[in-house]
Amino acid sequence: MSKKQIIHSDISTVLSTEELAEIDAELAHVPYKSGAAIDALKIVQGKRGWVSDECLRAIARHLAMSDEELEGVATFYNLIYRRPVGEKVILFCDSVSCWISGCDDIKANISQSLGIDYGETTSDNRYTLLPVPCLGACDRAPVMMVGDDLVTHVDNKTVTAIFGQAKKRVAE
Amino acid sequence: MEKVLTRNIGVDHKPTNLQDYEANGGYRGLRKAMSELSPKDCQDMISDSNLRGRGGAGFPTGMKWSFVPADDKCTPGHKYLVCNADEMEPGTFKDRLLMECDPHQLIEGMILAAYTIGADISYIFIRGEYLVATQRLRDALQECYAAGLLGDNILGSGYSLNMYVHPSAGRYICGEETALINALEGKRANPRAKPPFPQVSGLWGRPTIVNNVETLCNIPHIIDRGADWYKTLGVGEDAGTKLFGVSGKVNNPGCWELPMGTPIREIIEEHAGGMQDGYQLKGFLPGGGSTDFLTADHLDLAMDYNVIGAAGSRMGTGTMIILDDRTCPVGMVLNLIRFFAHESCGFCTPCRDGLPWSRQVLQDIEEGRGQPEDLETLAYQVNYIGAIGNTHCALAPGAMEPLQSALKYFYDDFKQHISTGRCPYH
Ligand SMILES: Cc1cc2nc3c(=O)[nH]c(=O)nc-3n(C[C@H](O)[C@H](O)[C@H](O)COP(=O)(O)O)c2cc1C
Ligand code: SF4
Ligand code: FES
Repeated sequence: MSKKQIIHSDISTVLSTEELAEIDAELAHVPYKSGAAIDALKIVQGKRGWVSDECLRAIARHLAMSDEELEGVATFYNLIYRRPVGEKVILFCDSVSCWISGCDDIKANISQSLGIDYGETTSDNRYTLLPVPCLGACDRAPVMMVGDDLVTHVDNKTVTAIFGQAKKRVAE
Repeated sequence: MEKVLTRNIGVDHKPTNLQDYEANGGYRGLRKAMSELSPKDCQDMISDSNLRGRGGAGFPTGMKWSFVPADDKCTPGHKYLVCNADEMEPGTFKDRLLMECDPHQLIEGMILAAYTIGADISYIFIRGEYLVATQRLRDALQECYAAGLLGDNILGSGYSLNMYVHPSAGRYICGEETALINALEGKRANPRAKPPFPQVSGLWGRPTIVNNVETLCNIPHIIDRGADWYKTLGVGEDAGTKLFGVSGKVNNPGCWELPMGTPIREIIEEHAGGMQDGYQLKGFLPGGGSTDFLTADHLDLAMDYNVIGAAGSRMGTGTMIILDDRTCPVGMVLNLIRFFAHESCGFCTPCRDGLPWSRQVLQDIEEGRGQPEDLETLAYQVNYIGAIGNTHCALAPGAMEPLQSALKYFYDDFKQHISTGRCPYH
């Protein structure tokens, strides 16, 4: 077996056929393979929730980049997760309009309800809490995203409604 | 007033599909351009309209486009049109509305812009969290391809254009146009040195125009109805209408399309319904987190680029953030500087190291550990980090704008924090 084939089989044992097909579709639009780096990271994260070291190395090889170069790209962007996250990521807006509307107290309430601070995941793996800059819904402050959903006018009632159940579960 | 940019946006915020959009005059500008206007005709109309970029800097759009070299003045290859849909400036919420509710308006504007500058590929660079807008734009693009409004030989004109939606992976700095181009190329989003300007050497080293969502949404109307009509829309010195927004402790926070030059007082008191009971207006940032504070003394100014500039601030994105008398100005500036320090791309020292230093000094003052000499330190930082030319891009100078104006207008608040060793608002 030539060296190239070994490398190729390496990649396909880590990345699925579906992932590779989606990455190759992106490659068709870019003049250099590394041009699809962010798309590739997002594709893999879309399937797995985060990008492991093993996946990162496989993507780097597929795009003919060094691991270090791709790691430099991956760690630059806040929506690329290099550590496992829970089933839903809570992106909590801590920017100015939400701050004026009292988001600090709500953050404290969420942290208490779920028993996690920024960067942490609940023990039942349901939620990861992260701060995010202004979500572009400042007229409906305070706001957050829970998974794919934008939640507006967040108050303590919202927190109980969404996370109250979670609290009980974590306690059990 | 006639609604232009938001004419298809109802209270229910239901998105328009191709049929609704065309029924209300949509793609009329495109049909006109494809059948009877040359790119040069379109360029002249946009220049004559006095449209200024709505991304924050107010740069004249026609002038920007005119820097793209003509085909015979550059090596053959692609040219690109990029829509900046990154919208991450704190306090800004206008592009989301335009994309979620009327995606075809943006697409029509982009096709016309691309046609004018001779681009054959276009991207919508949209922030990763805007999932609804991303889906609606993708649906709209599909409708356009199926109807022959995008792809090869658009409406039989011989002009061809492809358009892609490119969701970002995060970071505020991606909104800076050269950082955005690096992100589109799959790299870290560090801004590039200028010159060369993107108009000459942008994406993949090819001529590239980057325009804001709202800027591009104006284009179909100018092409359809002409520059003279467009100029009559403003009530002050600038042309057209604008989405103005207000957030903070007002009765009716929101975003409205109003004539350029609308007085600030009208926006805050009529449209936003004035201050909530028990709150007084103490100051406001006129156009997002990187603009200088103005105060109640400025309420009668017109929202025009030069008028707000002459008052010592910037119109920025036109979405105001209100500081009320029960919110601590030091705390508000601390929140903003914390954001900017976090979002620094780390390329240059005054920004990477200077902004965390400012944040630390502000945090000390806010938490009651401030010393009198801290005010001199902040003034030094404003001069040094805020000076254009000391940093590689405008993030750091922008970060200093709310701080420098807070020191000017709310100096007593800073002093009181230091002399009493606590935040008087808590
Ligand atoms: C740090 C930084 C962030 C920016 N973010 C945005 C943004 O999110 N959206 C935007 O349209 N322009 C943003 N800009 C301005 C762009 O660099 C650019 O001027 C703008 O997209 C040009 O569009 P216009 O000519 O249509 O106004 C940002 C600038 C800087 C320095
Ligand atoms: S000013 Fe800040 S964001 Fe801009 S290039 Fe320098 S370090 Fe990066
Ligand atoms: S500040 Fe929170 S959505 Fe804008």
